[in-house]
Amino acid sequence: MGVADFAFYIFAISAVIGGLFTVVSKNPVHSVLWLILAFLSSAGLFVLLGAEFVAMLLVIVYVGAVAVLFMFVVMMIDVDFAELRGQMAKYVPIALLIGVVLLLELSLAFGVWQVSENAEAVRRAVAPDMTEVHNTTALGQLIYDKYIYLFQTAGLILLVAMIGAIVLTLRHRVNIKRQNVMAQMHRDPAKAMEVIDVKPGQGL
Amino acid sequence: MIGIENYLAVGAALFVIGIFGIFLNRKNVIIILMSIELMLLAVNINLVAFSAFSGDLVGQVFTIFVLTVAAAEAAIGLAILVVFFRNRGTIDVEDINVMKG
Repeated sequence: MGVADFAFYIFAISAVIGGLFTVVSKNPVHSVLWLILAFLSSAGLFVLLGAEFVAMLLVIVYVGAVAVLFMFVVMMIDVDFAELRGQMAKYVPIALLIGVVLLLELSLAFGVWQVSENAEAVRRAVAPDMTEVHNTTALGQLIYDKYIYLFQTAGLILLVAMIGAIVLTLRHRVNIKRQNVMAQMHRDPAKAMEVIDVKPGQGL
Repeated sequence: MIGIENYLAVGAALFVIGIFGIFLNRKNVIIILMSIELMLLAVNINLVAFSAFSGDLVGQVFTIFVLTVAAAEAAIGLAILVVFFRNRGTIDVEDINVMKG
C-alpha cells in the first residue's frame, strides 16, 4: 500500500467519522468541530484527486466561513440543547431504517453502473495534462471563459444572500439611544450653553 | 490502487449520514442545517471524483457553484433561524407552526 492509498484511507475514515459525530454528538459546539474535521478531510481527498483549487476553496469557504457562522449562531442563541435532544432515541430506528435503505439503493446503483464507451468523447472540457497546466489555471481558464455567465450568477446569488441575511437579522430597537450625527454637527454653542450671573447668597 | 469506487463509497456514506442526521435530530434546526451541508459535501466529493477520473474539468466547475449555493443557503438559513429564535425563543422544529401549514 503506497503513501497515496494510506492517505486516502486516513482521509476517508476521518471524513466519515467526522460526519457521523456531527449528527450524533450531544453538544452542538462539538458538532461544529466534527463538521470542520469532515470538511478538512474532504479537502484532503480533493487534493488526492488532483483538485487543489476546490480543496483550498473548501477549506476557506467551509471551514473559514460557514463553520464559523454555525459556531457563531450556536453560541449566540440561548437554547437548552439537551431538551431538544429529549426524544432522540425515539427517532433512531426510523433514521437507521431510512439510512440503510438509502445505502442499499446507492450500492445497487453503483453495482450496475459502468462507464459508457463514448464517455471519453462527450467530455465538455477535457482536463489538460497536470504537468503542463496547473489545476487552478485550467479551472480559471474555464470559469472566466466558458462559464462566465454562471460565474456572474454565482456572484449574484452571494450578493442576494448577503442582502437577505442582513435584512432578516437587522433590527431597530426603539428604546435605545443612538448617535444622531446631524444633530451633533449642527449643534450651536450659543444655544447649547447659557451663562447665568448668580448673585452671591441667592442661588438659582 | 484507489479507484473511483472508493471515493463514491465515501460520498455515499457521507450522504447517508446526512439523511440519518436529519431524521435523528428532528427538533434541532442547527444540526439539520449541518446535515444538509454534509449531504452537499458528499455531492461535491462525487462530482470531483468523476471529474478527476474521467478527465473532465466541468465537474470541478460545478463543485464551485454547489459550494457557492451551499454557503448562501447556510447564511440565509442561519439568519432565518436567528430571527425565529428572537421571535419565539426556541428553535424546536415542531414549534414552527405559525402559518399552520
